[in-house]
Amino acid sequence: MEGFKNLINTIASPTILFTATMVLFFFIFPLNDWFDKWNRRLKLHLLWTKKAMIIAALLMAGFFLFGLSDPDFRSIVLKPDNVPISGLIFLVYFFTWLSMHQAYQNDERLENGEKVDEHYDAPNDKALVWPDLVYVEFIALILCSAFLLVWSIGLQAPIEEPANPTESPNPAKAPWYFLGLQEMLVYFDPWMAGVVLPSLIIIGLIAIPYIDRDPGGSGYYSYKNRKLSIALFMFGWLVLWDMLIIVGTFLRGPNWNFFGPFEYWDIHKLEALTNINFSEYIYVKWFNTGMPNNILIREIWGILVLLGYFLILPPLLAKTWMKDLFARLGSFRYSVFIVLILIALTLPIKMYLRWMFNLKYIIAIPEYFFNF
Amino acid sequence: MTETKTKKSVTKPASQRPPAALGKAKTADEITRRSFFSWLSIGWVAFIAATGSFFTMMLRFFFPNVLFEPVQTFRAGYPEDYTIGEVDLRWKDKYGVWLVRNEEGIYALSTVCTHLGCTPNWLGLEQKFKCPCHGSGFYKTGINFEGPAPRPLERYKITLADDGQIIVDKTMVYQKEKNQWNNSEAFLKV
Repeated sequence: MEGFKNLINTIASPTILFTATMVLFFFIFPLNDWFDKWNRRLKLHLLWTKKAMIIAALLMAGFFLFGLSDPDFRSIVLKPDNVPISGLIFLVYFFTWLSMHQAYQNDERLENGEKVDEHYDAPNDKALVWPDLVYVEFIALILCSAFLLVWSIGLQAPIEEPANPTESPNPAKAPWYFLGLQEMLVYFDPWMAGVVLPSLIIIGLIAIPYIDRDPGGSGYYSYKNRKLSIALFMFGWLVLWDMLIIVGTFLRGPNWNFFGPFEYWDIHKLEALTNINFSEYIYVKWFNTGMPNNILIREIWGILVLLGYFLILPPLLAKTWMKDLFARLGSFRYSVFIVLILIALTLPIKMYLRWMFNLKYIIAIPEYFFNF
Repeated sequence: MTETKTKKSVTKPASQRPPAALGKAKTADEITRRSFFSWLSIGWVAFIAATGSFFTMMLRFFFPNVLFEPVQTFRAGYPEDYTIGEVDLRWKDKYGVWLVRNEEGIYALSTVCTHLGCTPNWLGLEQKFKCPCHGSGFYKTGINFEGPAPRPLERYKITLADDGQIIVDKTMVYQKEKNQWNNSEAFLKV
């Protein structure tokens, strides 16, 4: 048992957890034909069968039940604040499974020349709003109200002492839906993670229908028609948003350190986290010259790296790996698409740079509130 | 032309009018083009006056007659009250200041994290300030070394009064990244 708990704690360390997720992710949600081939070869498409769903749900429930025997796990998971997040894990899994299940079913039907499940056969498929729809909605409403009532009686609202600006709770956690942003704030300047990136998330979501104008596969669930779109969206949604919420809820402890799910939340847990800026790496560690006084000379390397990332990478990708996409989207839509994707990818890139090299900022100009 | 016509057709009741003229005829309580515009302008003037005064009130709200701000300057006792090598927490709750005494003197650190403004905790065992919000860490000097905080904690003006007491003035801020810590008022030599 202790061995298993230690194993889980090890796996839950950020580098291992994120690497495993990121590698597995695009095999489970194949990005293109190459990944799709491997998805079929590794039999990962069977994940969307009913049997796999039941097994996975049982495994997850079993893990939670087993975990509850551990006092550290119990104290985190049964905290009234965190109970909904445990529920969220199951709900997100179930609805992801449901949509992927329907998508793969439709893909199969289309391959066999059949009509999709959502095909509307007038007038045989006609249903009346009243009573067919409203009746079901009414039942759902009553059940949800009853559930919320029981929940609100059963779990105490975590009301704490009056707010005090000089005493931040340790750990101080954002509301659950902002934990992704809070995690982002660990790796970025507050201006970037608090203002620029959240705005870009919204702008990016608004831009989706203008970038992806392919009418194929609209109106019904299907995966093979829209591999790239679905895989990228699910990556942003499941890995860069939901997973950060789960990590923020269960794995972030006092002093915002990482803790395994079976680890005691020790306020004095020591982690060597001395961070270094990119310019310090260059001038102090590699050149051994000491930091130059001129801000531009100091930060020129970071600026060059970022310019290369945003200006050289897009045309390079358009010429090589994303040739087809570039031809399909045209230069303007391609540029918007690739810049949004590259900005989204700065988050995992900066996470890894922080975890592996203790890199703080690629460009650090605290004198003018500009850090990236 | 249309105006004179209006005045003439005033008295005719609606029922006596020939059906063909129904759309064009005008009665006393009917809205004419001119009265419509005068009512419209009255409406707009009223609307602008109402919203204008509302926003004036809102703006006025930002400049209260009396400001219940905590005192920005305070006396912090005598230098002998502070132990060498310790971070003093006694002014943290009231004024948001840590006084740190080292071999050479005393400096006043702001308790506001330079990342997003939470209040870090002083961890005596680890000899560092650690912010519970995003994990920023600061040395005893206030210099940032862990987590996302982009710059060191700020220092406040610290001087001696005539009676030998320490005076901390929070209105004067000294930032390391602007080379202001060398200022004689950022550090009280004892």
